[in-house]
Amino acid sequence: MEHSTVISHVHRDDEADKLGMWLFIFSELLLFGVLFLTYSVYRYLNPVAFGLAAEELDVVIGTINTVILLLSSLTIAMSITAVQTGRTQHAIIFLGATLFLSLVFMVNKYFEWSGKISHGLYPGSEHLQGLGQGDTLFFGLYYMLTGVHALHMIIGMAIIGFVIYEVKRGKINKGDYAYLENTGLYWHLVDLIWIFLFPLFYLVT
Amino acid sequence: MSESVKPSMQPSYLQYKGKYKGIFAWIFSTDHKRVGLLYLYSVMGFFIVGAILGLMMKMELIAPGKTIMGPQAYNGFFTLHGIIMIFLIVIPGTPAIFGNFFLPLMIGAKDVAFPRLNLASWWIYMIGAIVVLFSQFTGGGPPDTGWTFYAPYSFQTPTNMLPAVLGAFILGFSSILTGLNFIVTIHRMRAPGMTWLKMPLFPWTLYATAWIQIIATPIVGITLIMIVAERLLNIGFFDPALGGDPILYQHLFWIYSHPAVYIMILPGMGVISEIIPTFARKTIFGYQAIIVSTLAIAFVGYFVWGHHMFTSGMSGVALFTFSILTFLVAIPSAVKVFNWVSTLHKASINMQIPLYWALSFIFVFMVGGFSGLTLGALSTNVHLHDTHFVVAHFHFIVFGGTGFSFLAAMHYWFPKMFGKTYDRRWAFSGWITFFAGFLTLYTPMFYLGIDGMPRRYYDYVDQFHDWNIVSSFGSIVMVAGLAIIIINLVKSAMWGKKSEHNPWKGITLEWTVPTPPPLENFDEIPQVTKDPYDFTKE
Repeated sequence: MEHSTVISHVHRDDEADKLGMWLFIFSELLLFGVLFLTYSVYRYLNPVAFGLAAEELDVVIGTINTVILLLSSLTIAMSITAVQTGRTQHAIIFLGATLFLSLVFMVNKYFEWSGKISHGLYPGSEHLQGLGQGDTLFFGLYYMLTGVHALHMIIGMAIIGFVIYEVKRGKINKGDYAYLENTGLYWHLVDLIWIFLFPLFYLVT
Repeated sequence: MSESVKPSMQPSYLQYKGKYKGIFAWIFSTDHKRVGLLYLYSVMGFFIVGAILGLMMKMELIAPGKTIMGPQAYNGFFTLHGIIMIFLIVIPGTPAIFGNFFLPLMIGAKDVAFPRLNLASWWIYMIGAIVVLFSQFTGGGPPDTGWTFYAPYSFQTPTNMLPAVLGAFILGFSSILTGLNFIVTIHRMRAPGMTWLKMPLFPWTLYATAWIQIIATPIVGITLIMIVAERLLNIGFFDPALGGDPILYQHLFWIYSHPAVYIMILPGMGVISEIIPTFARKTIFGYQAIIVSTLAIAFVGYFVWGHHMFTSGMSGVALFTFSILTFLVAIPSAVKVFNWVSTLHKASINMQIPLYWALSFIFVFMVGGFSGLTLGALSTNVHLHDTHFVVAHFHFIVFGGTGFSFLAAMHYWFPKMFGKTYDRRWAFSGWITFFAGFLTLYTPMFYLGIDGMPRRYYDYVDQFHDWNIVSSFGSIVMVAGLAIIIINLVKSAMWGKKSEHNPWKGITLEWTVPTPPPLENFDEIPQVTKDPYDFTKE
């Protein structure tokens, strides 16, 4: 993207970059906030059905995925430290680990979703409508929230892939790592949202 | 003016030849001034379309029964008129055009904090606009829900809702990125010496606006995605048959769309706060009061959305609370009006075209504001809800407020942007025709609304005929005024006389650079020592 017509004043301001990222994260929190709000409204209106529907979800897979995501947050944080101390090889390994862990998360998610769908638990299915309004809303919210979350993960994975390339190329280095830090911030956001999704859908029964 | 304008070492931003040629030198330019003009041209293009749609609707309403279009066409017209005017014009309008162009100039910076993101937000805007307009020509025909996309109709109508809703979502993204960019720019890039309380008021209003853009826009974004999910997957968030609640949609929609009204009006108030001291040749009255009221409007404005839903069904306590909060938000707006008027008091006023616009802004803004209080009161709201009174109020605030301040900004900064002067006599006749047409068009709607004429119908009973003729006549006059203004400005931009560097003798930083501004604005970043409207040491 070197095609700016104004090239003479490429100025760098890492603080500005981070401030921008925090504002973006703020924006993202409100986006998810709406979905959490919808969840709380419908949970309040259908307490029993939401409790029963939550028992349909597999706590084991949910727990494993939570651990995986927390580990991936750890590895990306470690990669930042590695870059700061100039250990490029380590940084690439940690970033690769993050990418691998998120891939495992997505595979688990895939099996979880396809299992649910094969049981007829998907929006618009006759089976789900037979269960009643509370279950319909619960699974509607489940797919919506985990779906939007998974979308954020996919975007994050693409960015991490790009970051690995940039670290290899030396564009992200000891002296210039704001991009990596921002990627880390974004990844922690994805992690944080899952930390709220997990109890709301899997644990509160 | 404390110092004369020094010629710059750099070429002007209009002359600069970069890597790209022709149109690509514009659509790939990350210069904030060029991005501002890109927004200007696209917004003006869409505005002409939106205005023609509005004119056609007024022609339909010139007589009862079918005049030039049937009910379905009329529904499509007011929906598209609303979507274009709201999402494509007044929301990006002043911040994306004048904010982009003048924010860095006014705070003494060479560009915004993220120039490439800035250009990207224009691209996203264009993509969103194309997706929105795509809805007109494909699928089940033009959407007919109104720009509010109310559930459950928005997922039941056979018309082509998906592109319209997705396009609005994409446009929201562009708005968030612009807001984010401005906040970071203001935090990080003010010239040395420009403390928060030495910053001019237009950047201050952009700052408040940017926060609303960041906080409120994601809410409508995800809500629109929920409508998409409803249509595609039949989830049931807002469908009573599946246990959902359509009122929840209204809440989520207005949590964004009411603050969005302040996205539209706050930058306009900033423009007026720049113009009035310049032509009053005097420090603005109550500089800090204007800042506090700007922030107060942005803050309180976030908690008043319920007043759009007084008749939708809410608890008594909620009704009462929203009504009180709505009244509260009128206070900071009134504070501003008092400040502007007090600035003019005992001033040696230099009566120029931008000031005509600013003064007419204050007038229409007050009419709009007072009628807003009428609607914010619970008892009158029940009578006036969904009548033409609401249409009149809304247009006085959004078209009157945003439109007049936009044109004020246009006539104020035009010489700086293009380096040309416009013809003052034509500009004056444009203003007076537009102003007269505006009042003739919208004032009768107040009476029609009080008499009970509902909005959003292509037809009406005979008793409303007289005022509708007046109103439709007004629309023709207003469009004529608009044509004069646009033709005059376009003509002047192309063949006008060269402008002086500082035709209005303004003292904020944008007037200290040559006209048109050089590529990087300032050869040397200025040191700010004075208050922004300190005319004393001329």
